[in-house]
Amino acid sequence: MIHYNKFTLANGLRVIVHEDHTTPMAVLNVMYDVGARDEDPNKTGFAHLFEHLMFGGSINIPDYDEPLQVAGGENNAFTTSDLTNYYITLPAENIETAFWLESDRMLSLAFDEKSLDVQRKVVSEEFKEHYINKPYGDVWHKMRDLAYSTHPYKWMTIGKELSHIEDARLEDVKAFFFKYYRPVNAILVVGGHVTLEQVKTLTEKWFGDIPSGEKFPRKLPVEPKQTAAHKLEVKANVPLDALYKCYHMPGRVEKQYYAVDLISDILGGGASSRLNQVLVKEKKLFSNIDCYHFGTLDAGLLTIEGKLVKGVKMKDAEKAVQIEIDKIQQEIIPERELQKVKNRVESMLAFEDMELLNRANNLAFYELMGDAELMNKEFSNYEAITTEDLHREAQELFDEKNSNTIYYYADK
Amino acid sequence: MINRKIAPEIKDAVDFDITLKPCEKFTLDNGIPVYVVKSDEQDTLQLEMVFPGGSWFETENLVASAANFLMKNGSSKHSALEINESIDYHGAYLNRNSHHETATYTLHCLTKHLTQLLPVLQEVILDPSFSEEELATFQQNMKQRLAVNLQKCDFVANRHIDKYLFGELHPYGRVSSMEAYDALQTQTLHAFYKQHYTYNNCKIFVAGNLPANMVPLLNQYFGTTKWNGETTIIRPQIPILPAEEKKFRIFNDENGVQGAVRVARHFPNRYHPDFPKMLVLNTIFGGYFGSRLMSNIREEKGYTYGISSQIYNFRQSSAINIHTEAGRDVCEATIKEIYKELHTLQQEEVPEEELHLVRNFMIGSILGDLDGAFQIIQRWKNLILNDLDENYFYNNIHTIKTITAAELQQLAQQYFTPEDFYELVVI
Repeated sequence: MIHYNKFTLANGLRVIVHEDHTTPMAVLNVMYDVGARDEDPNKTGFAHLFEHLMFGGSINIPDYDEPLQVAGGENNAFTTSDLTNYYITLPAENIETAFWLESDRMLSLAFDEKSLDVQRKVVSEEFKEHYINKPYGDVWHKMRDLAYSTHPYKWMTIGKELSHIEDARLEDVKAFFFKYYRPVNAILVVGGHVTLEQVKTLTEKWFGDIPSGEKFPRKLPVEPKQTAAHKLEVKANVPLDALYKCYHMPGRVEKQYYAVDLISDILGGGASSRLNQVLVKEKKLFSNIDCYHFGTLDAGLLTIEGKLVKGVKMKDAEKAVQIEIDKIQQEIIPERELQKVKNRVESMLAFEDMELLNRANNLAFYELMGDAELMNKEFSNYEAITTEDLHREAQELFDEKNSNTIYYYADK
Repeated sequence: MINRKIAPEIKDAVDFDITLKPCEKFTLDNGIPVYVVKSDEQDTLQLEMVFPGGSWFETENLVASAANFLMKNGSSKHSALEINESIDYHGAYLNRNSHHETATYTLHCLTKHLTQLLPVLQEVILDPSFSEEELATFQQNMKQRLAVNLQKCDFVANRHIDKYLFGELHPYGRVSSMEAYDALQTQTLHAFYKQHYTYNNCKIFVAGNLPANMVPLLNQYFGTTKWNGETTIIRPQIPILPAEEKKFRIFNDENGVQGAVRVARHFPNRYHPDFPKMLVLNTIFGGYFGSRLMSNIREEKGYTYGISSQIYNFRQSSAINIHTEAGRDVCEATIKEIYKELHTLQQEEVPEEELHLVRNFMIGSILGDLDGAFQIIQRWKNLILNDLDENYFYNNIHTIKTITAAELQQLAQQYFTPEDFYELVVI
């Protein structure tokens, strides 16, 4: 059980306080309800570029990092398709420094041309480092485009192409900020060696006078149900052939999500998982194979990805994957195997909760999903899943018409 | 109205009184030392077994890491699948790692499952079978992984810079290869295992929420017999043979859009009095987000997504290594800026304000790192395995709090001379 208190400021900022007096540290986490899915299709990569600009100085404080480091603190941020999250860890005595810094950049950024200039370059290098200059680095770019016709998950968080980032203008930055980075669109979590009263006072003092902003209506185009299998062949300068198969799966907030999550663990979680055991160890067709998904809020993709053993033919490898998929569709999963993946979830959640920062981040995420209390109900959602649920979900999930396959061939 | 231009009062991190929570020690009936840091706040625990089974002690390349990896893949009683099954069934993680000096097995689990997991751990540590089939799969898959990694400029750069610094025959400079994987044999692995994974060479580190009968349990599985017999591990003397040439440029991928830049030199090991001081200088130079390198090369010039400088904490001899991936056409400009920053630290004293910031940042980091039993046992492990005690830890903190700008400049003059550095770009 994670204990917390919740209140809302007059300007709409939702605040969650999680006291933990076993640590000398405190965490301040701000989650904004905006991600790459909210971007204009012609200005992709913007939410993430914007995250970089949040460190370029705010209206009253020219340098964000310096005063935080003086206070013994560290910070970072990340952007996903769904959200943008900023967090600070520092000695609890200095928590007010975090309030000061975080509230000023919610009030307004400095909107500095030089900072935009440099961060465009930095993000371009990030793009190159992760998606161009790595073998198989472009596969997600291609897969998203193959699997989504309509929904903005069609592009990656880093952006569809480098030019979108290079073309970003200061007026876009301003418009983005005042549309999304408002109290009404944010969740603040303060955790660690702090008290509810202290946080109430500090929140009111630092965030209370920030104009509320307007809640923007999110009207994302809905991805229509896929009606035919998609396939794509790629040849690239890589040493090994690789196979990628993606299936549309329910979003994070759907009830069916939990069964599908367990299915992905049965197939690809841990050394004893089915794909690893059968395809790597027994049949020796793949040198590694994984099954995973990103837990996206809107309908996402369950992915199977593996590298073929040199000399193995793509169609033989794919057939062997299909046998495992057929099996999970047709045969009831043994009770012990279901219990195994439930035990794995229980343990994963426990280890995740060990870190104060994770707890703060998760409280914000569950609140974004609708209610922080969902965090405490999470394991019971998994516990309730039966082998029949898995069977039913596997039927729909692994329908051939729901599949997207990339055959990634070594060009040698 | 509050004045947002004025920063709130802070408590200087240097005024924090940092204490390393003590670590208890038990001895099993056969003499194995068990170090323990308890905490009852969570339902989890960590159990790590450490052996002198690192690459320093191998006589053929990759034997130490392969033996470490394959111990988990089957015993005389159970297959790899059955072992993995019983670990996964209890939601546990059994990780193995092989380093230069040590090789380890670490179990993470919910406390309630420990009694079911100890027999499995015992089998992995005491009775591995090293089957031909498991070795063949390992060789094939590791070679495939290597083939993919060899296309990455950062991976290739890391291999080369270590080779230049220590020589390719030295364990710190030796790298994996297709041939070395092919040459592995089950008999060699088994012999290495038998020699190094013995009761009298084992140390155990436990942290978290422990069952009341932890010590009897450990005795039951690891403390009653002289498993694998008593062996004497002799630490061979291995000379460092650095490259004579200092500057290298390698083309690994003609279409590469970035280059991996490495600038590195030798540095004394952790027992040298300059080591704790260098930790401070290195932080200023390239050890945190606001460092000189980051401020200049990322935040001012935008040449890279990130750049940092790191100090290896190897036992025999360490090194300073500056590393980044930069745009292909700005790699040389990046190197120039790295030298410029080294030079500035030699020429000018670090301003008091910056030094104050770095002191606070470092102390704040240590405070955060000591949060929780798993982190605390890690500190103790590093001290114990390196034959140090808590005085070393407190001495480092004292250095952070008291080192002067003059001392730092002197240190830079001694160790930051550009000619002493190896430099490498891999595109």
